[in-house]
Amino acid sequence: MSAIGLIFFVVIVGLTLVVTYFAAKRTNTASEFYTAGGGLTGWQNGLAIAGDYLSAASFLGIAGAIALFGFDGFFYSLGYLVAYLVVLYLVAEPLRNLGKYTLADMINARFEQKKIRAAAALSTITIVIFYMIAQLVGAGALIQLLLGIDYWIAVLIVGVMMTIYVLFGGMTATSWVQIIKAVLLMIGTVIISVLVLSKFNFNIFYMFSEMKTATPHGESFLNPGLKYTNSLDTISMMIALVLGTAGLPHILMRFFTVKDAKTARSSVVVATWVVGIFYILTIFLGFGAAAFVGSTDIMAANEAGNMAAPLLAQALGGDILMSFVSAVAFATILAVVAGLVLSGASAFAHDIYGQIIKKGKITEREQMLAARYASISVAVFSILLALFAQNMNVAFLVSLAFCVAASANLPVILYTIYWKRFNTTGAVTAIFTGLISALVLVAISPNVFSPEGTAIFVGTPLISLTNPAIISVPLGFFGGYVGTVLSSKADAQKYAEVAVKANTGFKGKL
Amino acid sequence: MESKKLSTSPDKVTYEQITESTKFKDLVRKKTKFIVPISAFFLIFYFLLPVLTSYSTILNAPAIGDISWVWVFAFAQFIMTWTLCMLYVRKANQFDGMADEVIEEFKLKERGDRSL
Repeated sequence: MSAIGLIFFVVIVGLTLVVTYFAAKRTNTASEFYTAGGGLTGWQNGLAIAGDYLSAASFLGIAGAIALFGFDGFFYSLGYLVAYLVVLYLVAEPLRNLGKYTLADMINARFEQKKIRAAAALSTITIVIFYMIAQLVGAGALIQLLLGIDYWIAVLIVGVMMTIYVLFGGMTATSWVQIIKAVLLMIGTVIISVLVLSKFNFNIFYMFSEMKTATPHGESFLNPGLKYTNSLDTISMMIALVLGTAGLPHILMRFFTVKDAKTARSSVVVATWVVGIFYILTIFLGFGAAAFVGSTDIMAANEAGNMAAPLLAQALGGDILMSFVSAVAFATILAVVAGLVLSGASAFAHDIYGQIIKKGKITEREQMLAARYASISVAVFSILLALFAQNMNVAFLVSLAFCVAASANLPVILYTIYWKRFNTTGAVTAIFTGLISALVLVAISPNVFSPEGTAIFVGTPLISLTNPAIISVPLGFFGGYVGTVLSSKADAQKYAEVAVKANTGFKGKL
Repeated sequence: MESKKLSTSPDKVTYEQITESTKFKDLVRKKTKFIVPISAFFLIFYFLLPVLTSYSTILNAPAIGDISWVWVFAFAQFIMTWTLCMLYVRKANQFDGMADEVIEEFKLKERGDRSL
């Protein structure tokens, strides 16, 4: 790697460590550890949400997908963006009004039941593990390519960094790493986009005309259908993307870092603008890479197209821009995995240990210790998994995480807030039906079985859907409905409390 | 101190009393009337794109120059997201005021109960 590249990396690592140092001084209680004391502003949290959300899959994956498959790559951008309307209209404010640190807290605001907390913690942990393996394996491969170091060293570097942020700086450090990353990512993306546009004389119509002949696909590059040929599978994936975001534990957790629903609302607005602008710009990244790098070179560097953005940076801005973009990609990965460690740790330390095992009778000091041990355990466990999964095709795990979030978490969230009749049995059946159906359907899907041996096992998949959301999301809602109506219990008083708190932000006790 | 203990009397304000109040019902009704149709709209608008691209080729026709309708539709999703985002904030600010009124009303009532 070039000297300039090394400087960018050292600056980013150094900056995040300084942030962590200052954050550590302000991380003395469980509330500060999990939610930065609820003291973030709308702007800060909005940028942090964007930083938490725009993973390497977004930055590198979508740029590559558009470069290789034209419009079909852009489907992801649409799903990831419109998802924020679901978050804003249906989930963000009630969640902020009812919850404390975790998703389970919010559901338990209505049902004081350990089994529900355990079920919610389990689905949180499942999602975190899937998402984390995808991020770490991707990160390892990417840093290996960018820096020319071994895979296991790359995974260890990322693993150690994320552990340091979370362990010492908790949510404050994690949020600031995410904010820094969001700003850097936007700067990098805007620079590349402007350079790409300048090549097309800043004329979008000219760009589209040129793209008709710029790739081996010809005109069909600009039309849908190059990648997604199974209609139901495409729609299924789009369901997972748009509904999954509102159930992702590391995104939901971000809403507890602000003081009230109004700030939660303004943070979603900031996030939606930042994320939206970014996804618009993915067109320029993708088109630029297709035109100025070419699919042959992109695929030669990485078959999935993940190197499209860094290669485009090199083609347009030479080694300096390439190094900057690589460093941004590195920061992107760090910010996302740190958020994941934190939400995994909260499920273990707060939900399972603090609330279920210790029944909530736990001192501040014990909570902090538990949170830190859980963070280390989650980090070590994920690093080990990532080391073993090096040669597995794990890209599908990101959309699987969205699928589990949409199937297991979203139904129970919506029912808890909006359905008066909903009860404890329904909550447990909603989570388990969604979780189990998503997992089972993926286990028998083409991601896991392929006759040609391109998946994990050789064999014939039992279903043709690579993303089962179109089946598992309705099943999650159905499971919650059936569980509720089959059990006669319903607590109108408790629902009245939830309705009042969710709608008014009332915090006290009557 | 004595007056606080009295708050456990049957006159105490309950959450159900709040949910039965005119102001609260009004708030929830207005919220539902706003949120449900718009959520239905953006989900339908969103899924219309993959449904159309999966089962037809009508979006492949050129719209403006070499930009086909599928891109126009995709950009429209961005415009929709940002517009509905701003619309929500404007509406939600009105709801905030109504929510504060609900809480105020019952705080007054509770204070009244306690002073009894």
